[in-house]
Amino acid sequence: MATTAVQEIDNTSNDPTKRPTLVTGGLDFNGVTETVCRVAEAPSAPKSWYFLLVIAVAALLNLFVWVGYLITTGTGVWGLNNPVGWGWAIVNFVFWVGIGHAGTLISAILFLFRQKWRTSINRFAEAMTIFAVMCAGLFPGIHVGRVWVVYWMFPIPNYLNMWPQFRSPLLWDVFAVSTYATVSILFWYVGMIPDLATFRDRAKDKIRKFAYGLLSLGWKGSSRNWANYEWAYLLLAALATPLVLSVHSIVSFDFAVSQLPGWHTTIFPPYFVAGAIFSGFAMVISLAVPARKMFHLENIITLRHLDIMNRIILATGSMVGYAYIIEFFIAWYSGNGYESFAFVNRAFGPYAWAYWTMFTCNVIIPQVFWIRWARVTPWFMFIISIFVNIGMWFERFVITITSLSRDFLPANWGYYTPTYVDVLTFVGSFGLFLTLFLLFCRFLPIVAMAEVKATLPDAHVYHPEEDH
Amino acid sequence: MTDQSSGQKKMKLHGLLGEFKDIESILKASAAIRDKGFKKWDTYTPFPVHGIEKAMGIKKSLVPKIVFTCGLIGGIGGLGLQWWTNAVNYPWIVSGKPLFSVPANIPIVFETTVLLAAFGAVFGMIFLNKLPQLYSPLFTSKNFSQGATNDKFFVYIEAQDPKFSPDRTRELLESLNAVTVEEIEEEEHAWSPSLSPKMAWSIGSIVFCLILIPPLYIARAQAKDRTTTRVQLIPDMDQQPRVNAQAASTIFVDGRGMRNYVDGTVPRGGAQTNTGYYTGAENEEWVSNPLPVNRALLERGQNRFDIYCAACHGIDGSGNGPIAIRAKRLREPNWVPPLAMTDSTVLERPDGHLFNTITNGIRNMPAYGDQIHVEDRWAIVAYIRALQKSQHATLQDVPADKREQLREEGQK
Repeated sequence: MATTAVQEIDNTSNDPTKRPTLVTGGLDFNGVTETVCRVAEAPSAPKSWYFLLVIAVAALLNLFVWVGYLITTGTGVWGLNNPVGWGWAIVNFVFWVGIGHAGTLISAILFLFRQKWRTSINRFAEAMTIFAVMCAGLFPGIHVGRVWVVYWMFPIPNYLNMWPQFRSPLLWDVFAVSTYATVSILFWYVGMIPDLATFRDRAKDKIRKFAYGLLSLGWKGSSRNWANYEWAYLLLAALATPLVLSVHSIVSFDFAVSQLPGWHTTIFPPYFVAGAIFSGFAMVISLAVPARKMFHLENIITLRHLDIMNRIILATGSMVGYAYIIEFFIAWYSGNGYESFAFVNRAFGPYAWAYWTMFTCNVIIPQVFWIRWARVTPWFMFIISIFVNIGMWFERFVITITSLSRDFLPANWGYYTPTYVDVLTFVGSFGLFLTLFLLFCRFLPIVAMAEVKATLPDAHVYHPEEDH
Repeated sequence: MTDQSSGQKKMKLHGLLGEFKDIESILKASAAIRDKGFKKWDTYTPFPVHGIEKAMGIKKSLVPKIVFTCGLIGGIGGLGLQWWTNAVNYPWIVSGKPLFSVPANIPIVFETTVLLAAFGAVFGMIFLNKLPQLYSPLFTSKNFSQGATNDKFFVYIEAQDPKFSPDRTRELLESLNAVTVEEIEEEEHAWSPSLSPKMAWSIGSIVFCLILIPPLYIARAQAKDRTTTRVQLIPDMDQQPRVNAQAASTIFVDGRGMRNYVDGTVPRGGAQTNTGYYTGAENEEWVSNPLPVNRALLERGQNRFDIYCAACHGIDGSGNGPIAIRAKRLREPNWVPPLAMTDSTVLERPDGHLFNTITNGIRNMPAYGDQIHVEDRWAIVAYIRALQKSQHATLQDVPADKREQLREEGQK
């Protein structure tokens, strides 16, 4: 296998007379297979992979410690108290769910729009979605206090005839997030079946042969199977598209359906969805830039892919900025004193530091992507993407905490501070996310090989039977 | 048997595998094979080739219909679930909202629709493709297993096809510019060495049914009426730990569950300095009723006597209460019959002694000190005296001015 670094090739030109190449380095069908498979087949992973895995597993063990402490002791170990009963747990939940959205957007919405460049990044963006949703599901799960009765959130028949309350947005959330997680896993797995079959056919030792053989269900690439498969994949994409828009809308209902100033606004669903896509693409960049370097995937995840994603970050970041500003306008235009106060308090109250961190990271910093150099320079866009991730975490912090800490009655006001358990649990969730992601990179097909092959020039020929 | 003894397996031809160099040639070959009228054949490509369904004459997939049906079931099921649980099975008004209103139910209906439709798409596809199919004779071809999922394009025609003939089909494939043509063999009457799809499905179904047993058992155990304590999967404060009287406990250093009084303290009502009033005896002498006997006290005494004493001693104190009657009828061997209030023992005992008997019990009679308040016990003593007078009195007990009246009434 090639261990030398691959030359970066600039394929970002948009010359309308030429079809842009999505895969560089002159890779053919076999070249794609080799490039992707060697990531998982190399006898040992790159040193940086082991280094990151050690850090990730350490953070994961740290998560187990603090979640265990929380469960055995109670939610009092967090900084929750009146008036802020929703602290970092809900902030982290919304943060992680939002990150997941880019994966589904890339894999489903861009599929429906026939955006072929998605094929290089959709697989690991989907993996990112699933791991992010797992991190997201963790927080409300442990926030309920008595985690051993968490199944009460689901409509399970019982002798008390005790059912969930279906008119509550929190229950919609349970259904939305669990459906989203299930459909994402199915979509990811179905997309992976042909690539798992490639892994199976290339496997040398018995364990790999058995494991990939079982996972690939005996897929052989039969055209009769592809015919059903393509329909299933298309329909999954068509189902996942409204689903992904619904999930963050429903997450925003958790806030918007309540009557707290700063939460009770109709702009929340579209604003949350734009923010989710924004943060998700930033996370894809944060993962893709190191991953393509580490596993020598520069010819498959090309500069063109990164360029397009940075444009999306610029667009969605500006939408989020628009939402921040229009919230102020509506607060003034509504003539509602409480509403106006909530927003003035956000920008100039005790949490002004958080608000301006958010505003800088989300609205001002991504504007550098107007410059072409910023969009095609991996190390630079990596730094910007980290800023966006920080900014989007602060957005959820600002929304949740500022509204709760100062509501209608000044007598109820308070200042929320997290405890070290809050902080270390959040750090631990990154451990969970990174551990799963690193294991995925090493043991599963990181790029959708079958789909990339279908976008190569060799896959398009004159169809003798096609009607014209 | 002969095959095994000779060490050779009898092989039979399963089909012919032709490799094609690119998409164009496989599309042309597919159209030609379709036109020849072959039925049991397939093509294998590393990615879905556009136009091959038409070239092969594959009918439109059933997946969309399955997805639509599942989505419909999901949507109706989601609506029905919310209607039945929140409006019928356990009607529950929340913030004055109607029990059943479609707008509030739309998010869940949407999610269940998508969920079931997605299940339909994935499992429908797996089912229609007859997956999992972990074994196939095609895997015996090295060229196939190295190329079909990588960069090669194959046509496979099964020997079972009625139009198949080893020679002519080979010629056909070669004439269509196949790069190589390979014979795929299979053991004759072989028991499939790996899982066949049929077996996988039946094993899967059996495993699924077996998995269902524990939850169903639990559900039944939870729903059934039972005389012993219900098995609690998650105790959740249904049975709360407590310390029984005299039981040991790990909570306190001395290992006892019960606590002594803190030194120098007296419990409420514990400062009983008037010994005669509280115990019925003073200086080893029984006292007489310390309370002033009047109508109110006697009525209180009657009320308490009827509640606590009459069950055994009888409403008239004759010793034939319902319990005594029943015990006599059952010939209880250990039963000591309750005394009549007019029994000489009771008659002769001083007030304090009777009070003590009520407080601490005697023979079969339990102690009532904890149940009947001190004043009420003295009230009962006073009432007992009244009962005795009513049934066991002489003319001397009647006031002198009433004796004449009594005598006149007795002669009537």
